[in-house]
Amino acid sequence: MTGMRQKTKNDLLMLAAGIVIYAVVQTLISVGFIQDYWERNIVYVCINIILATSLNLINGITGQFSIGHAGFMAVGAYVGAIMTVKFGLPLAGGIVAGALGAAVLGFIIGLPTLRLTGDYLAIATLGLGEIIRITILNIPYVGGASGFMGIPKLTNFTWAFFMMLFVLFFIKNFVNSTHGRACVSIRENEIAAEAMGIDTTKYKVMAFTLGAAFAGVAGALFSHYTYIAHPASFTFMRSFDILTMVVLGGLGSMSGSIVGAIFFTWVSAFFAEWPEWRMVIYSLLLIILMLFRPQGLFGNKELSLKMFGRLTGGERRGTAQGN
Amino acid sequence: MALLKVTNLSKSFGGLRAVSSFNIDIDQGELVGLIGPNGAGKTTAFNLLTGVYDPTEGEIMFDGKSVVGLKPYQITQRGVARTFQNIRLFSELSVLDNVKIAYHFHVKYGLLETVFRLGRYFGEEEDLDKKALRFLEIFQLAHRKDEIAKNLPYGEQRRLEIARALAAQPKLLLLDEPAAGMNPQETQQLMDMIRWIRKEFGLTILLIEHDMSLVMGVCERIYVLDYGSIIAQGTPTEIKNNPRVIEAYLGEEVH
Ligand SMILES: Nc1ncnc2c1ncn2[C@@H]1O[C@H](COP(=O)(O)OP(=O)(O)OP(=O)(O)O)[C@@H](O)[C@H]1O
Ligand SMILES: [Mg+2]
Repeated sequence: MTGMRQKTKNDLLMLAAGIVIYAVVQTLISVGFIQDYWERNIVYVCINIILATSLNLINGITGQFSIGHAGFMAVGAYVGAIMTVKFGLPLAGGIVAGALGAAVLGFIIGLPTLRLTGDYLAIATLGLGEIIRITILNIPYVGGASGFMGIPKLTNFTWAFFMMLFVLFFIKNFVNSTHGRACVSIRENEIAAEAMGIDTTKYKVMAFTLGAAFAGVAGALFSHYTYIAHPASFTFMRSFDILTMVVLGGLGSMSGSIVGAIFFTWVSAFFAEWPEWRMVIYSLLLIILMLFRPQGLFGNKELSLKMFGRLTGGERRGTAQGN
Repeated sequence: MALLKVTNLSKSFGGLRAVSSFNIDIDQGELVGLIGPNGAGKTTAFNLLTGVYDPTEGEIMFDGKSVVGLKPYQITQRGVARTFQNIRLFSELSVLDNVKIAYHFHVKYGLLETVFRLGRYFGEEEDLDKKALRFLEIFQLAHRKDEIAKNLPYGEQRRLEIARALAAQPKLLLLDEPAAGMNPQETQQLMDMIRWIRKEFGLTILLIEHDMSLVMGVCERIYVLDYGSIIAQGTPTEIKNNPRVIEAYLGEEVH
């Protein structure tokens, strides 16, 4: 019973913290203290956290090196926009449809490609991400090369924040379960995982499909925030950005992905006027990181309430952060 | 009826016949040794039995059904678990998590229960912790439960691998050189443990070992493999005095 109470207590604490953060930020937005630039980047932080934690589920937790995440984001962005613009659905319908579209594609792509390992998988996913983008580029129904225009701005801070919270809880609970441990065991040693009775193909495809679905959610939120879905928003540079967030934070650490996404979003915002410098900064950052802390800021550890408990001299409970 | 019946099993790698016309029969509850010189094909035989390799020819019947062509995880789910000659732990995970993962296919709660923490999730997770701890206790690893697996001393890593394999609740346990790298005292302890788990869990065990004192001390029956084929089988005493075996080990100490 103690385990259950502890876990539920932690969940409620985190939820409460989330709601407090939401209330504060939303109040500041409502009274006009946070405006345009800041508000926009706060929404981008939420979207990027969804992207980073979902890629981390594939790359960090399950150990399958995918770098085509922008492709799934694009599917979510376009499918979501089709639903709201052409079929008049509300944003919720757009998000669900975007997630489903990306999930279906993730499943179809994952099944054959996840037989590949390491570099080969990376190259295949990179290629597939580009194929998705180029396919969209050639579909007049969604605007082709000039982009899908006239998407209503339905996403706001509330939507972005609560979708992010949902995704975070979803991934956290998934990871801390027998299904999540199955994914981690594949990363740690695939042969041993099979020998322990784990259907490794099933769990690789599951992680990949879930990751794709959440990228789809992020895409739908994104296209309903920027009025337009444009193929140029979903190039491999976007995939590379998401990967940078995950690697900065530490592959395998959800907390790391969150911090990586926040950091990345604000650095990008800061350098928005000098886009060429942005890439220089990231390259330098990555080089420095690889030299001094190749495991990323967080390694594969999680920032947890337990950690705070330890700092404040509270009771320290058992197992390693169970990632 | 034999729990494991292997007939005419062969495996070729290109031109090399690593295993050929391999025949063994193991009854429920037996503790059997598989020995042979380096490169004789022992590990390859294990890899065939566990589905890591598909046999070139032959049949493997486990518990009355053929397991040829099944994937490794399916064979494990039928009741065959193993350890590896080169230790393959989940090295960045805690000792406890290593064992918990082996329970995976016995866990019943589904994805929805996981994500929304409903139904069987809490009950089963707690049950898992308890069961996994019990196995760690058997292998004197309970005090190490929060340690990262790769930081354990070698002998403890070997024991953890056995604990993990047992947690999958197999009928047949395959051990590939469980005493490799252990000192005589650790080997002695391991022998006691192997005997004990066999009795406690009603297990059937097939083990590969180079340490003759362990094989002769613990196994009731031994198969000898040389150049991929079984050249002899019998009780430890019969094997020790078998001229073909002595020849295969040419100059090596059999005692
Ligand atoms: N995947 C493989 N590809 C090619 N050859 C292989 C492969 N696996 C094993 N072999 C070869 O098959 C033969 C038997 O190897 P195996 O590992 O089964 O021997 P072993 O009896 O376990 O030896 P040891 O006592 O050294 O562990 C060796 O000649 C080995 O080189
Ligand atoms: Mg071997």
